[in-house]
Amino acid sequence: MQREAAIREPLILGNKSYKDITDDVVGPIVGPAPIGWKIMITISSIIAIYGVGCILYLIGTGIGVWGLNKTVGWAWDITNFVWWVGIGHAGTLISAVLLLFRQKWRMAINRSAEAMTIFAVIMAAVFPGIHMGRIWVSYWVLPLPNQFGSLWVNFNSPLLWDVFAISTYFSVSLVFWYIGLIPDFATIRDRMTKPFAKKAYGLLSFGWSGRAKHWTRFEEVSLVLAGIATPLVFSVHSIVSMDFATSIVPGWHTTIFPPYFVSGAVFSGFAMVQTLLLVLRKGMKLENYIHVKHVEYMNIVIIVTGSIVGVAYMTELFISWYSGVEYESYAFINRFSGPYSWAYWIMMTCNVISPQLFWFKKIRRSLTATFALSIVVNIGMWFERYVIIVTSIHRDYDPSSWGEFYPTSIDIGIFIGTLGIFFTLFLAFARFFPVLALNELKTILKSSGENYKKNQDKH
Amino acid sequence: MNKVFHVMYDDDDTLKNAASQLVAQGIRIKEVFSPFPIHGIDPIIGVKRTRLGITAFLYASTGTALALLGMWYFMISDWPMNIGGKPSFSLIENLPAFIPVTFEFSVLCGAHGMALTYLLRNGTLPGMPASNPDPRTTDNMFVMEITTEQNSHPVEELEAAIKETQLFELSIKDYK
Repeated sequence: MQREAAIREPLILGNKSYKDITDDVVGPIVGPAPIGWKIMITISSIIAIYGVGCILYLIGTGIGVWGLNKTVGWAWDITNFVWWVGIGHAGTLISAVLLLFRQKWRMAINRSAEAMTIFAVIMAAVFPGIHMGRIWVSYWVLPLPNQFGSLWVNFNSPLLWDVFAISTYFSVSLVFWYIGLIPDFATIRDRMTKPFAKKAYGLLSFGWSGRAKHWTRFEEVSLVLAGIATPLVFSVHSIVSMDFATSIVPGWHTTIFPPYFVSGAVFSGFAMVQTLLLVLRKGMKLENYIHVKHVEYMNIVIIVTGSIVGVAYMTELFISWYSGVEYESYAFINRFSGPYSWAYWIMMTCNVISPQLFWFKKIRRSLTATFALSIVVNIGMWFERYVIIVTSIHRDYDPSSWGEFYPTSIDIGIFIGTLGIFFTLFLAFARFFPVLALNELKTILKSSGENYKKNQDKH
Repeated sequence: MNKVFHVMYDDDDTLKNAASQLVAQGIRIKEVFSPFPIHGIDPIIGVKRTRLGITAFLYASTGTALALLGMWYFMISDWPMNIGGKPSFSLIENLPAFIPVTFEFSVLCGAHGMALTYLLRNGTLPGMPASNPDPRTTDNMFVMEITTEQNSHPVEELEAAIKETQLFELSIKDYK
């Protein structure tokens, strides 16, 4: 049996048995929906429907309904795209990278973080899709034989790399998530008494029976998927950053973009995981499984990635001066002192200063402070993308074409709408799916459960 | 008439000890059903190491080859384009720009190929019926399946040996 140092805080609190874990996770699925959940899903579905309406209006009318102009051709759309993809990164990092590093605390949070990843990537994919204007020909991004002669997509373009990166990322994350869900669906199936629900979970569980050989394969598949998903996490946001870095626009043409974007993505992703999980653990009474130690671990990741982002901001500023290129230099002076300096300083405050507060143990272990700061980080990371995208292009080489960007109600409606769709999907997940990897958690009960650790000390 | 024993335990370590005890007496254990992977049970009951990792490598290599072949055809052979005067008229010259898609496509094929093989080999597919002998085995119980077909011991002797372990419940059924 695996042993863990007594000095480590237990990962599962309380006097839990295997059965308790099942009861705590499956109980809320079998029971009636709580009133709080009903209120929240109603609000988020209304916002989602409004967002879908805005999207349909945009598709019907054209992207002129956005505030884009001939100078600022990319604004909220791509900002939202990069923001959502970034949020997605925490899920795969938790499930893949932390699995390879044998971090057992991931088991309490990986399921919901992966769900968050999948929903966030769906939201991200909406933006380039609708930005095409003619979404019904979106299959043109694939290298398909066509009636236009030898016309292929351009494999030298980072925008096409992005098509491959995002679709691979989405589908691999989905498969990774679902393979982990199968045994847990089987647990729900075997406990469900309502015939229709039993049948539905039976279908979802693919007839899983928990045979020894199947478990061996399960562990192998999880490990290998984690192994290949780890470079995938880093590649996806690197490629997103190359959408900018391979251009010749001052402010975008930067070699530090890939690591800078990846750490920014993990930073914002963990902030979103905190926002969601702090509500989820309370609402579903999972305080014994997702407790202060888990929150603290995630806050440590936020300090590390937030500091990397801070260093990247400084490096960018320094290099723009050190390069001696006046356009490059101007792009950055304009960032912190131009018409968008308010956005720049919001970004700096939220992303550089606020995560440093987590050096204080009191703040790092306070749930209220963590919740507040996680929202601050989410706002800051949205502004980071806004600053990079809009301030770099609103004043280009030719001063006669300088301009500014003002979002329209449709810009705002679609962004708020994706938040609504995201929360609707996440709430539906929280109601009908096992929110913790309950069967995986049982494997660490004896080594990291509070009651077992106490007994272990006695010997 | 053949008989099947379903021996239930309420702890994974108890089952593991019981399995070692029975195997030492020359009894073959057909299957173990558990709510989570019991580490160390495989060598005891004779489950071989899975080769799924190897299949993942094969699928991913296929993806690498397909991606390079495709991009060579689209960009070099069928319709070479001069994009900003960049050297792009042979695969090797254009390779740096092809790395991201090659990588992504290899991961795509490796992950999906392995996941599909895993589901097919397990026989866990949409609509398949569950085959665990007791619904509690996906919750907190651990069941060992022993058949008379695989064991030459007389039924009484088998039963006696099984009852010597710290079992929780025992069910004996006939099957053809």
